[in-house]
Amino acid sequence: MVVDPVPLQLAGELFPNGISRYAVGGLLVGLGAVVIYVGTGIAAGASTFLESTLSYVSDQSRFQQYVASRDWRVVFTLGIILGGLAFAATVQSGVVTTSLYEPGTTGELYEVGGLTLWSTSVQPWRLFVGGVLVGIGTRIGKGCTSGHGVCGVGSASKTSLVGVATFLTVAVVTAQIVAALGVSP
Amino acid sequence: MSQNRHPLFMPLILLGGLIFGFGLGFSQMARPEVVLNFLQFEDFGLLFVMFGAAIVSGIAFAVMPRISDAAPLTGDRYERRLKPFDRNVLIGGGIFGVGWGLSGICPGAAYASLGVGNVTILWALAGMFVGAYLQGYWRSQSADAGAAVTRAD
Repeated sequence: MVVDPVPLQLAGELFPNGISRYAVGGLLVGLGAVVIYVGTGIAAGASTFLESTLSYVSDQSRFQQYVASRDWRVVFTLGIILGGLAFAATVQSGVVTTSLYEPGTTGELYEVGGLTLWSTSVQPWRLFVGGVLVGIGTRIGKGCTSGHGVCGVGSASKTSLVGVATFLTVAVVTAQIVAALGVSP
Repeated sequence: MSQNRHPLFMPLILLGGLIFGFGLGFSQMARPEVVLNFLQFEDFGLLFVMFGAAIVSGIAFAVMPRISDAAPLTGDRYERRLKPFDRNVLIGGGIFGVGWGLSGICPGAAYASLGVGNVTILWALAGMFVGAYLQGYWRSQSADAGAAVTRAD
């Protein structure tokens, strides 16, 4: 069988880890949002949890608008954490194997009680400073990659499309500058 | 909908979160390195996560209002709750973009990252709460100051 090498080479360069893990993961992320939407009519975003949870401990007026939704947002976030753990306990630990999953070589794997866990090599200061900016930005900008990116784009919201275009562009420029400055990992 | 919630409301939210988080783990978006590789144009696979998820949710958002009036567990209507556009979307999106580009982490992926064992991500989660509190404190003060000025008139 003759395989045209050009598209394969291009795919190898653009998608060095294949596309199946991304596509399957994306479909599941969408499915999670759909399960909640079909049952409740709620288009769930992940960043509101930050503010709604602060309403338990702060009486700043800004946070009080989220008191009605704060308990289910805690459950949603707990679900996301447990979902990550379920992934770690099955596919990441090798208990479930599938040809759709490409493990990758980033960060560090470690074992705890038969579980294969994973930890990042990205420096703590980047995570913390980036986290502060993410916390400020997603709340002022009315959403994050799930609220704007999944639910907003999915409902063809112009606000969300502009939001995604803005943070995606700025993030690309930032990451390129950080890499050019030699910051790694 | 806060007092008389359907008994399946919370279990369903939990199930949705579980699938959502499992997907973030499977897609590797819970790994900051993979996001940074995408933003540095070294691996475009992450586009399949974002658009794959948006297409799936988009189908549900388009179809559900046509086949049913209201969601079974809340009685809420299936409708688009669109966020109003103002300059905050650009300012906040820009700040979020710098943070995402620096750290490779966004809120949902950070929660899932904790689940896959990434304890170092607690730095990012701590940062996010600090950032959310700072903007909330600032906006509460400016809102209260605005109200006080109005009252003083």
